[in-house]
Amino acid sequence: MNDIVLRAEGVGKRFGGFTALSGIDLEVRAGERLGLIGPNGSGKSTFTNCLAGAFASHDGTFTFKGERLAGLKPHERARRGLARTFQLPRPFRGLTVIENIRVPLAYAGREAATEARAMECLEAVELSAKAHRMPKELTQVELRRLELARATALRPELLIADEAMAGLSHAEVDQILALLFRLNAGGTTIIMIEHVMRAVTEFSQRLAVLVAGRKVADGAPREVLALPEVEEAYLGR
Amino acid sequence: MSGATLTALPAAAPRRLGHAGFWLATTVVALLVILALRGLGSEYAYFAATFVLQYVVLATAWNILGGYAGYVNFGAAAFFAAGAYTTVAIGKALGLGLLPCIGFAAIVGGALGLGTGVLTLRLRGAYFAIATLCLAVVLQTLVVNWSFVGGSRGAYVLRPREVPLGFDSYSGYLCAVAVVLAAASVAVARTIEKSRLGLGLAALRDDEAAAEAAGVPTLRLKLVATTISGAMMAVAGAPLPYLGSYVEPNSAFGLAYAVNAIAMPLIGGTASWAGPLIGAVLLASLQQAATVTISSAANLLIVGGVLVVFVCVAPHGIIGLFRGRR
Repeated sequence: MNDIVLRAEGVGKRFGGFTALSGIDLEVRAGERLGLIGPNGSGKSTFTNCLAGAFASHDGTFTFKGERLAGLKPHERARRGLARTFQLPRPFRGLTVIENIRVPLAYAGREAATEARAMECLEAVELSAKAHRMPKELTQVELRRLELARATALRPELLIADEAMAGLSHAEVDQILALLFRLNAGGTTIIMIEHVMRAVTEFSQRLAVLVAGRKVADGAPREVLALPEVEEAYLGR
Repeated sequence: MSGATLTALPAAAPRRLGHAGFWLATTVVALLVILALRGLGSEYAYFAATFVLQYVVLATAWNILGGYAGYVNFGAAAFFAAGAYTTVAIGKALGLGLLPCIGFAAIVGGALGLGTGVLTLRLRGAYFAIATLCLAVVLQTLVVNWSFVGGSRGAYVLRPREVPLGFDSYSGYLCAVAVVLAAASVAVARTIEKSRLGLGLAALRDDEAAAEAAGVPTLRLKLVATTISGAMMAVAGAPLPYLGSYVEPNSAFGLAYAVNAIAMPLIGGTASWAGPLIGAVLLASLQQAATVTISSAANLLIVGGVLVVFVCVAPHGIIGLFRGRR
């Protein structure tokens, strides 16, 4: 439980003259549920993109399971067990639901991309009844589940759930939360990036807060949310 | 998987013919077509069939990159002409016949495809399309200034006196070669489509970032697709000098090849191997019919007209009309 699965040291990212991230240090332990929060534009998605390899960070390093991630492409990081979901569901719209799952199974190289294994992934998110449907036939919450199933088909050690509950109803948020709890109980470390505070506080064992590209707090959720600088970031002075 | 879940499933995916079964079926169909054409025994039938079949190869090849991976290549004529001029150059330099020249054309086209991919595949959309268009211009300029293959005057390629493999005429032999190439290209396309490679290409066509996040090495797959597509387009062009016994840059790099290579898959449907086949047979037959009844000048007009109709009425092509779900 105390093994560090991810270590970010001094991570920085600039877009032209704009500094999106600066000096981010973060450690995530194996099996941990970490909530990463912050107001819009605070750098959460930039951090995710740097960690997943979609952006190259200008400063600092990520170490995942003891291996430096610098220079690794997103698919190489995915194959090493670092999975992510996207803020807006991005299914492969020309493929059926089950084919969407076969993509990571076929390319992650961890196991055979069999129909049975793909169906198992869909069952885990209660989507097996729609296995041969097209993504356009799914509801918003089903698209979120598909997104999670595709990420978990990689059998990740670390899952970054980037606003997996945005735009969902109260009941749908509970459904996704239950899924994430189940995944975590199965041993997957989860970083939840979320604006739905009820979900974040219920889910997270630890909270890290980004404001204007800097980490301003890191600790137990109740204590972090009570900090004046966090309150100020969300509510203003 | 629980029984309850199984019963809740909608109609399962239809059973498909395996790769070996499809290759066997394609071989049988190719043999039947060769026998049928031989039965006709008409020089015009051989010519018209070869004309249509070269487009089957070209459209199928284009679709591997343009349809499966979603990268629109405007430079099809460059690859096609590279194949034609490989036949001219190798034939002249080494005195080799059609079949070895087709092999060399595949190598040249594949290398050209790989090189183009390395230089351009970080581009997307219109930028990639324009880059491939530039390739055609660059290559045509090189050929125009290469006197060994005739330069701007063009080159004559004389058909051998002896007809190989007991065919009644060289046109019949050429047509049989075109049938084999078309059958092989369709089988290759179908094999790719139903394989791990096809799944990865479909994923990157829909969303490259999501495909990367799912573990798909998108750049490597695109390079594989440009190489295979380039090799096959060059193979389509390799028999061209023997078809008309003469080849010159303006016709080999002609707009008709670039437009047809795109229009045929779009009309047939880009998501499946059958789309380019249907589109090529339909459009090339229509053009051949127009050539003998109206004028060859009407060809591109016909292509344009049919394309406009399909873009408006059936944007997913003929296959899309029958596959409402996609």
